[in-house]
Amino acid sequence: MATESHGADAVAAGHAAAESAGMPQLAVETFPNQIFWLVVALVATYLILSRVALPRIAAVLAERQGTITNDIAAAEELKLKAKEAEAAYEKALADARAEANRIVDETRAAIKGDLDAALEKADAEIAAKTAGSEKAIADIRAGAAEAAAEVAKETAKELVAALGGDADGRSVSAAVNARMKG
Amino acid sequence: MADNAHAAAAEHAAEGTGLVFHPMDQFKVQPLFGGGDVHWYSITNATLWLALTVLAVFAVMVLATRGRAVIPSRGQSVGELAYGFVYKMIEDVTGKDAIVYFPYIMTLFMFILMNNFLGLIPTSFANTAQIATTAILAFAVFFAVTIIGFVKHGSHFLGLFWVTSAPLAIRPVLAVIEVISYFVRPVSHSIRLAGNITAGHAVIKVFAAFAGLVALSPLAILGITAMYGLEMLVAFIQAYVFTILTCVYLKDALHPSH
Repeated sequence: MATESHGADAVAAGHAAAESAGMPQLAVETFPNQIFWLVVALVATYLILSRVALPRIAAVLAERQGTITNDIAAAEELKLKAKEAEAAYEKALADARAEANRIVDETRAAIKGDLDAALEKADAEIAAKTAGSEKAIADIRAGAAEAAAEVAKETAKELVAALGGDADGRSVSAAVNARMKG
Repeated sequence: MADNAHAAAAEHAAEGTGLVFHPMDQFKVQPLFGGGDVHWYSITNATLWLALTVLAVFAVMVLATRGRAVIPSRGQSVGELAYGFVYKMIEDVTGKDAIVYFPYIMTLFMFILMNNFLGLIPTSFANTAQIATTAILAFAVFFAVTIIGFVKHGSHFLGLFWVTSAPLAIRPVLAVIEVISYFVRPVSHSIRLAGNITAGHAVIKVFAAFAGLVALSPLAILGITAMYGLEMLVAFIQAYVFTILTCVYLKDALHPSH
């Protein structure tokens, strides 16, 4: 096998040696062939790229760029909307808080008014009752003094009569009155 | 030089051990049908792999993007990635006014990239390892850039060689250097690509020849694996380098003042 292939190689090498010394790339007789087919291949590649591939990829890239730009714009818009919604929410919250405060104040004022009125009424009642009581006490006191004077006059008349004197009602009364004042 | 050494070593080894080194055979252009001479119209292995390259570009850029989805599939992502990569490269390196040349530069990039990667398939043929192929690519860029420069700026394009920011005394010297470097561009541009691909493929082939020896085969397979990984990197980087240099040259044509 080795000798066979060696023999074949030797024949090929003989040809190669005739063509060029070592470098097959320098075999000038193959150049027209290589150049012709290279030009064909380059033209084909150029046509494939410039007619089909590059416009297609450019379109895809542009479309993607457009999609991304649109998506970013949409996202911006949504963000703005979210911000607006947040502001509205904050405002509603603040309004509700203010309303609550107002109601609290109002209620407090109303309760205070009621309380004041009730207090006043109670004070007036207390005052009236106090006045009534004072009058009653004064009446009782006055009544007591009169009763004492009556008793003293009766007693003094009886005493005078018992001692044998002629009790003049008027003078006894005057004397008792004078005594009671003194 | 290295090839002669390889050839000598190959013949020497072949005599004793049956170890056969033919690292350069993979670069031969041969007719696929019949045999005989290679005419300009013959269908050769070069033709086949050029066609497969075009198909690969078609698959990645057209078939994979047929969904036109806003949320891309994996294949579409790769196509869009390649598009964005080259588009941004032109914008950054050459400027926004060079976007009109985008399809041409994209053609160069996709063609070289796909051909480099297809060339890594075992038993395939790498067109980008052929100096005839890369020279056509490089000279196409060179002539296109030169013509665009003269069409856009007329004789002002020659200001590219007249470095006004340098002192007047050394400007002629700089002009000579600039002119030489300008005309060396297509040479370095083409040899860089072909040389890188040729070297990588030849090294893998040398490792592969050693795999025939039982004692060395694990090492050889490890070497092939490592080189293959490196070549994947080289395949992309060389396509990138070729494209970005095209952008740099184009920038000179569009904005010749330094």
